Amino acid sequence: MRTRKPAPKAKKRSGRAAKPKSRMGSRAKAIKAVTPAALRANLVSAGDARGKPPAFDTRALRPSHSFPQHVLAEIHRAADQGLYEIRGFGAKRKLPTFDDLVLLGASVSRYPLEGYREKCGTNVVLGTRFAKKPIELKIPVTIAGMSFGALGANAKEAIGRAATMMGTSTTTGDGGMTEEERKSSKTLVYQVLPSRYGLNPDDLRRADAIEVVVGQGAKPGGGGMLLGLKITERVAKMRNLPVGIDQRSASRHPDWTGPDDLTIKIRELREITDWEKPIYVKVGATRTRFDVALAVKAGADVVVVDGMQGGTAATQDVFIEHAGIPTLPAVRMAVEALQELDMHRKVQLIVSGGIRSGADVAKALAMGADAVAIGSAAMVALGCNKPVYIDDYHALGTEPGFCHHCHTGKCPVGVTTQLPELQARLDPEQGARWLRNYLSVMVLEAQTLARACGKSHVHNLEPDDLAALTVEAAAMAGVPLAGTNWIPGR
Amino acid sequence: MSTVDLASVSVRDLNSRLHALPPGTNERHWRIVNPKGEHAIAAGLTLPLEVEIEGHTGYYCAGMNKAATVIINGHAGQGVAENIMSGEVRVKGNASQSAAASGQGGLVVIEGDASARCGISMKGVDIVVGGSVGHMSAFMAQSGHLVVCGDAGPSLGDSIYEAILYVQGKVESLGADCIEKEMTPAHAKTLRDLLARAGIKADPKRFRRYGSARKLYNFHVDHADAY
Ligand SMILES: Cc1cc2nc3c(=O)[nH]c(=O)nc-3n(C[C@H](O)[C@H](O)[C@H](O)COP(=O)(O)O)c2cc1C
Ligand code: SF4
Repeated sequence: MRTRKPAPKAKKRSGRAAKPKSRMGSRAKAIKAVTPAALRANLVSAGDARGKPPAFDTRALRPSHSFPQHVLAEIHRAADQGLYEIRGFGAKRKLPTFDDLVLLGASVSRYPLEGYREKCGTNVVLGTRFAKKPIELKIPVTIAGMSFGALGANAKEAIGRAATMMGTSTTTGDGGMTEEERKSSKTLVYQVLPSRYGLNPDDLRRADAIEVVVGQGAKPGGGGMLLGLKITERVAKMRNLPVGIDQRSASRHPDWTGPDDLTIKIRELREITDWEKPIYVKVGATRTRFDVALAVKAGADVVVVDGMQGGTAATQDVFIEHAGIPTLPAVRMAVEALQELDMHRKVQLIVSGGIRSGADVAKALAMGADAVAIGSAAMVALGCNKPVYIDDYHALGTEPGFCHHCHTGKCPVGVTTQLPELQARLDPEQGARWLRNYLSVMVLEAQTLARACGKSHVHNLEPDDLAALTVEAAAMAGVPLAGTNWIPGR
Repeated sequence: MSTVDLASVSVRDLNSRLHALPPGTNERHWRIVNPKGEHAIAAGLTLPLEVEIEGHTGYYCAGMNKAATVIINGHAGQGVAENIMSGEVRVKGNASQSAAASGQGGLVVIEGDASARCGISMKGVDIVVGGSVGHMSAFMAQSGHLVVCGDAGPSLGDSIYEAILYVQGKVESLGADCIEKEMTPAHAKTLRDLLARAGIKADPKRFRRYGSARKLYNFHVDHADAY
């Protein structure tokens, strides 16, 4: 009886050896069979209370914490391809986030505003320090820079339209400004990046603000990347590159390094645009306190701080997961730097990296940010990782919900692709509607929380309205651990 | 000819006067005295003006120039004619680092020497240097031409794309993926024309041509040690 079940198995095995033609097929079957359910079934069937332990005791399968499945897979992939993994989307590892903070609604000691009757303002003015023409946004949620090239033209257009309908700004990216996005975006921020692809003074002059990109949260210290399939003729022409190359952009600006040069560079940009446009400086979150202070000293009107979970279209995984600090401590450090210089609210702070909801917005503002920017969440609103066209996710070796394959240029939902047949899956009008709805929801959520805290403007939220759920978050955000007045390190 | 004295007029006032000129203006000739190393002099011009600067300029003189001709009768600081789109910028003396960085068009002539990173990230500009250039010149150069009548420092043309480099003197070393290439009659003609446009006398026959081996255009494991 003990051997009855394993017997057919042994037979199968010998059968497999006898028929080399079907070897791959049955091996694949054998591998497929090792699911947790199959293992449990095997354990039960092979169990014998009085005899020897089963030859294959699934309880003895001990996964390695140092070498979990995804690490094994990565080593196998690296051994096969000899190239680091390049991928899209942001960090996937668990990090302390705004989820680790809660807002303290009003009760007896403070009173709330009426949810549906009392106004809660959301507007924000950016660039009040030096620019002759600061920009005013109706909502404190902006769209982060995502290049044409990384995104298809339809995605860019959808974003521009949605942002315009919501009264917020959108941003160009590593690859220059397209006509479509200028036309569809009422307020367009023009990025000046190390690569300087398509950098054009006419575009500087027709932008509403200028963002000098020093770094990105997904890859602080690294340059842009766009792999061959996405360098189509149009993209290549805009970037002045050969079609189909694997583009790796510079990580340093070609004509300045360090804060003193940056000061002069910002002045030059102001001269070229006759001091009209707000000038932002965007940094990846690392030594945020110094970086923000130096950006302010260099003459920035607005500082953009992008935490390590910030999205990307193509970056080395090692960079995405292992460089930079999370958004949570970065916001605190940025606010502290501004306060130290007496520049808080005079130089505006935009925070990005992992913002997904109105709760995230409310918490970032309560910590002292003036606005937030979203990249990944906007893509998701446009259909990224939606369970549609599932076969195409499978063809990329992934599933909806797990996709980070923007780098391949074969986005199943037509967001991060240049292929016309895939782009056609995203109708700009439909996309604009989705993104607009989503932005509205975010703003309503932020207002709901702000009113509950008794605030008539989302900017009136303050650190006092926050408590932390974990010691880590308390330390990083500089907010007391819930139920205590303890901020680790203070 | 209008003369602006930067001892009494700010760069801001000068630039706003230059920017406010209407297309087809008669005030096409400008002379700027006492530049004293100020930054961003004559940056962001858009009209076919002729601007002569009597003295040395600071960073980013004639930055992002379009259509104008800017002549510096002196030395130029960092990033002269950076991201130039069209027109011509001429430095009679030497230029500091990153001259004509990411230039997308037009002509930049440096009659003396240029420093490090001359033509870095160039995207279509033509650069003619009467003297020598420093290290990492034409780094990631995408298109356009760099002519060096003297010598080139270390790592010339590192990670170069489709730009074409001509050097008369010696090249201390070539950067990753940059190789010497054959000087065809067509290339010799391009070089002759560039020298003529720049008004610099040199014998095209004495130059060598350099460009991309195109081995790093696509990722490949066996090229990892090129960096
Ligand atoms: C598809 C994609 C393309 C991006 N391209 C750029 C870019 O060209 N320049 C840039 O500064 N940041 C770029 N980013 C980063 C965003 O500007 C932003 O910092 C980031 O997406 C914010 O984090 P989040 O994705 O968690 O919202 C890109 C991000 C994504 C997702
Ligand atoms: S669905 Fe498209 S946008 Fe989203 S991660 Fe995959 S490839 Fe990128």
